[in-house]
Amino acid sequence: MIDFGFTLSKSSTVDLNKVDRSRYDQLVKLVPTARMCMNCGSCGATCTVSEYKGMSVRKVLTGIQRGEDVRPMLSSCMLCGKCTMVCPRGINTRNLVLTLCKIYD
Amino acid sequence: MIDRIPSGFHPFVIPFLIGMAFVLLYCFGAMIRVLYELSWQDRKKFFLSLLNPKILLKDIKDIFLNCLIHVPLWKRNKLFGYMHSSIAFGWFMIILLGHIEVLLFVPGRINLFYYPIFFNYFVAEDDVTLRGSLLFFLMDFFLLMIMSGIALAMARRVKNYMFGVKRMARPTFLNVVGLYSLWAIFPLRWLAESFTAHISGGSFLTIPANWLFRQFLGNELYMLPTWWAYSIALCVFMCVLPFTRYMHIPAEMLLIPMRNAGLKVRSSRKGFARVEFFSCPNCGVCIDACPMTVDNGNVKDCTVYLTRQLRRGNEERIQEISDKCLLCGKCEALCQVGVEGPGLRILERARRDYTVPFNYPAADKSVDKNHKVLYFAGCMTHLTPSIGRNITELLRKANIDFTWLDQQGGLCCGRPMFTAGRIAEAKAIVANMEKLILESGCDTLLVSCPICYKMFREQYNLPGVEIVNYIPFINNLINTGRIKVEKSDICYVYHDPCELGRGCGMYDEPRKLLGRSAGIAEAQQNREESICCGGSLGSLSLDFAQRENMTKAALDNLYTSNADAIATACPLCQATFARYADRPVKDIAEIVNQQVI
Repeated sequence: MIDFGFTLSKSSTVDLNKVDRSRYDQLVKLVPTARMCMNCGSCGATCTVSEYKGMSVRKVLTGIQRGEDVRPMLSSCMLCGKCTMVCPRGINTRNLVLTLCKIYD
Repeated sequence: MIDRIPSGFHPFVIPFLIGMAFVLLYCFGAMIRVLYELSWQDRKKFFLSLLNPKILLKDIKDIFLNCLIHVPLWKRNKLFGYMHSSIAFGWFMIILLGHIEVLLFVPGRINLFYYPIFFNYFVAEDDVTLRGSLLFFLMDFFLLMIMSGIALAMARRVKNYMFGVKRMARPTFLNVVGLYSLWAIFPLRWLAESFTAHISGGSFLTIPANWLFRQFLGNELYMLPTWWAYSIALCVFMCVLPFTRYMHIPAEMLLIPMRNAGLKVRSSRKGFARVEFFSCPNCGVCIDACPMTVDNGNVKDCTVYLTRQLRRGNEERIQEISDKCLLCGKCEALCQVGVEGPGLRILERARRDYTVPFNYPAADKSVDKNHKVLYFAGCMTHLTPSIGRNITELLRKANIDFTWLDQQGGLCCGRPMFTAGRIAEAKAIVANMEKLILESGCDTLLVSCPICYKMFREQYNLPGVEIVNYIPFINNLINTGRIKVEKSDICYVYHDPCELGRGCGMYDEPRKLLGRSAGIAEAQQNREESICCGGSLGSLSLDFAQRENMTKAALDNLYTSNADAIATACPLCQATFARYADRPVKDIAEIVNQQVI
């Protein structure tokens, strides 16, 4: 490999045709308000554990829509409910996290 | 009094005997099952409590006052109390007097089970009836008392509001059968005794009826059919009893000694919990109490339906009901028999399986050491930062040496995890927090959130650390003269937060503190009847939009006081009310800090 003095970063393209969205579909069936997320990030900004594990319900939601593994974030949630209180769309975030913790296999 | 039927038997007693045998066998079997389901420690505790004369005496007193006289119902509504105690106590007295009659007049028949019940059929009056006239009078008196209670029960079907209860649980088919057979028993007994009153004697109720019937009916022809009907009504009632709400009659007699023995619910389905949900009389007090039932919504998610579905084993509904509840505890506070609605729901939530394990994220957190007071604000206070700021200002004004444990956030007390039923996960949070608090070397843990305060009080083991809520703490600062406050002329209505009031039993301290710094008014429903703000983290499945009406109903209750502003002692209540309230909502800490001189 020739050293050009720079490297190419890994592609971050998400091919929505190829990702597994089954978990997201399952989730919105059980927690319909999950559809209402507009990615404002209020949940992550208030999150008690975001400083430790980067937890944010917004990231969890985008993550499962892209078929990523969000279990490290889910397993750190203490269910304190601050994200529920600040969510401008009224998403039941605690129920969302608990449901995901249940349906992940 | 002499025996009229030489054999002492007539076929009409057979239905009664069948019903009685069935209900006794069923209850005995159920009791054995419950005792078998208890852990051996609980079983030992229960049996030992029966040997302790002090507890045994309390058991008897409680059973008498609760099951027969229905004292809690009298306290709630006089008419409601009379309706129940007239039937329960009257029936008990009739059975007791029946036995006394048999013992006095035909002592040889006392071994016959049915004799005291059908006494008037089997005996005939002789020339020394005077000895029995008091008993006859009492029999008729208690019968009249029961029938007045049944008349009230019928009136209740039409005019429910007279009894202080607005809504009742929808009766099941068998409940209706049980209800009508119960209503039928006593008028039929009166008729049966009336038709035989010229043979076996009677008193003010039965003798005039006997005379009246003789004028146009004649008595002999109707004697047997009414005794048959009376016996059949008893049989029907006792045969459906185990499958209806009337099961609370025998179940409560087991619940009271078990509770007095100090037993706790350990599973939502077995042992003590089973006694609890069989003790639910379906009175519907919890429907009116429940903050979710505003505008007649969510009625089927009240504790009365939880007990019903637990008896049926309807898994889908049990899950729905237990996830929806706000866990405000009002149903438990008002329940006449003490069914622990919130506790059963938490245990029910604990039965769920989670495939994603919990890893405590804040294990490397450290704390400033060697301060006397450790202040813990909690997650919700971080959303209403003015509470934390005002408390720390107050502490500085009082020259208290303190440090703020979670100033940078990142710590949860574990209560939300606990109420979600993830008990082991909550214990992991508790263990880490205990370590952190004990490391700090503080002697007082000051908590400004009642949700955390309840968790610290009940689930934490912190030797040498006093856990105090900020309300008594500030009260103490004023008492010892470390801060001084003057009274403002704004009038506040105090809202009792669920976790502080019903959860920790703190009602007077906040009022005392608020009264020192401002005027105070009371809402229509306050203290243990205070209405949940609707923001509670207890509910898992209630969405934001579904909570709006609950918050508005709770606010309407507070507006009844006509106060200028609302005061509360919980950051979650404050944040929830502030969203919809038409007047300022303040925490007591903010009010006190403003008034410090």
